[in-house]
Amino acid sequence: MTEKVAAAQTARDRAAEFLISRHRFRWPEALPWLLAFAAFFLFPDRMTFGSQVLIAVMFALSLDLILGYAGIVTLGHAAFFGVGAYTVGLGAAKLGWTEPISGLLAAAIIAAIVGFISGWFLLRYRGLTLLMLTLATAIMLQEAGNLRSDISGGYDGLPGLEFKRLLGMFDYDLYGHVYFLYVLAVLAVVFFIVRRIVYSPFGQALTGIRENVRRMHAIGAPVHRHLVIAYTIAAAIAGVAGALFTQTNAYVTLTVFDFDNSARVMVMLILGGTGRLYGAFAGAVVYMVLEDYFSKLSPTFWQFGIGLLLVLAVLFARRGILGLLEQAWHRRSKS
Amino acid sequence: MSAALEVQQLNLSFGALPVTRDVNLALEKGARRALIGPNGAGKTTLINLITGALKPHSGRVLLDGDDITANSQAERARRGLARTFQINQLFRGLTVLENVAMAISERDGYTANLWRAVGTKRVILDETLEHLDSLRLVDDALKLVRELPYGRQRLVEIAIALAQKPRVLLLDEPAAGVPSSESHLILDVVAALDPDIAVLIIEHDMDVVFRFAKEITVLVRGAVFTEGTPDEIRGNAQVREVYLGEAGTQGGRHG
Repeated sequence: MTEKVAAAQTARDRAAEFLISRHRFRWPEALPWLLAFAAFFLFPDRMTFGSQVLIAVMFALSLDLILGYAGIVTLGHAAFFGVGAYTVGLGAAKLGWTEPISGLLAAAIIAAIVGFISGWFLLRYRGLTLLMLTLATAIMLQEAGNLRSDISGGYDGLPGLEFKRLLGMFDYDLYGHVYFLYVLAVLAVVFFIVRRIVYSPFGQALTGIRENVRRMHAIGAPVHRHLVIAYTIAAAIAGVAGALFTQTNAYVTLTVFDFDNSARVMVMLILGGTGRLYGAFAGAVVYMVLEDYFSKLSPTFWQFGIGLLLVLAVLFARRGILGLLEQAWHRRSKS
Repeated sequence: MSAALEVQQLNLSFGALPVTRDVNLALEKGARRALIGPNGAGKTTLINLITGALKPHSGRVLLDGDDITANSQAERARRGLARTFQINQLFRGLTVLENVAMAISERDGYTANLWRAVGTKRVILDETLEHLDSLRLVDDALKLVRELPYGRQRLVEIAIALAQKPRVLLLDEPAAGVPSSESHLILDVVAALDPDIAVLIIEHDMDVVFRFAKEITVLVRGAVFTEGTPDEIRGNAQVREVYLGEAGTQGGRHG
């Protein structure tokens, strides 16, 4: 009898260890942050670009939560990026709300509201229908902005926005050093939150929906509610990324709602690898750096380089850059 | 006392084709009922109507006397109605442990938690392992479902349904696709189910049906052809004609 109890305990301990070891902090996880700091010291004159890369990482991370974990396919994620961008843009231009951090919170809240309302209606659908509806959401927001270009500034946008000093202390320098560290700090907070969520029972349920939604219905899961919550959180994070975009560029135009913006973030995430958090980092960095490099190499044909990269990714790295790394790691540990 | 599960005058057509016709069915608490009938009789459709995967054109479904016809699949599941699928519906990329823990977490509303780390809640782990232990799946707990042989995947299918702590369990051909050398494992599990659970099983193997079931409902072309005890069904010449005889020749042809 005691043997049986002991066996049950070992089984439980093994199971607990197995589950917990997945979300225990591992040292390689420090790598992206160390690289970000290294970039700060190695490329002091490229920090404006660096901030844009970090913003792209955050945007891709928000998409990973819904695409990579919950399996929601969307081509309208720029909607929330745009709402966040315009929240701080309009706040600064029309209301004189120029305090940056409260601006981020406002952007998160407004984007979350838009995400909640659109998600409530949209997430009853799946597949192509959902794809079209998400696309339509972003276009409708863009057209609404276009219709009231007296408020939004239309495609000329809201130029020359000024924001208060960060925490009332740090002035923005010409090279964007302060902004880089500011964006990096916000990214760290957002990343911590997303990481907690995907390793929570809720995150597990999102994975369940991605893996087999029929089974989730059959075990009584409130699938629609789970999806709407995830969509709302992802919208809030995309909104923060958009707000940082406006703050670091000091302008915003309606192009933030462009289909291009939605498609680009999806390409970054797929390139990096979906459903594994760090795919957003790898994908956004590689994409942005290559885009930057190719566009300098050939201002006319740079998109060819990006296209080629995608073809290669689809042919040889179906699970993205992180998928390739994982494969290499398994092969090494086996031999 | 009302029946654990009751189906009243259920009707459904796919276009002009009636697939469920005026079906009445009642399962008392602890019932062991088999649902048999030739291919295309509408057995799986009936299960889909009971669980809410399909909506009937008319008729009612009652669980413990409450009308649940308007309720969603998930609401019905939370009220204690569980099913297994004829073709596995599992979280193939997750471990056996996670598959079963998912059912428990959803049952207890634990998945509303966005912050606590998975694997730190002992009661969930303990209960999951209990279920796995009773189906002799503990050694496979940390394997991915897609890496298991089909027969063991069928056991996971049942383990998930049992982890829901159902009062009514619908088993859609639990041993389908499993080589006969392994099917006894699954049928042993079915035979050992908690006597309080009302069970409705779709099964083609007549030996299993006659051994397991205390009542049998015969479905033909969407309608209840007849129902009775195994002895009554076995002795029914008409049933033999429409089903048992046919199944016999079918078995011969396939075998």
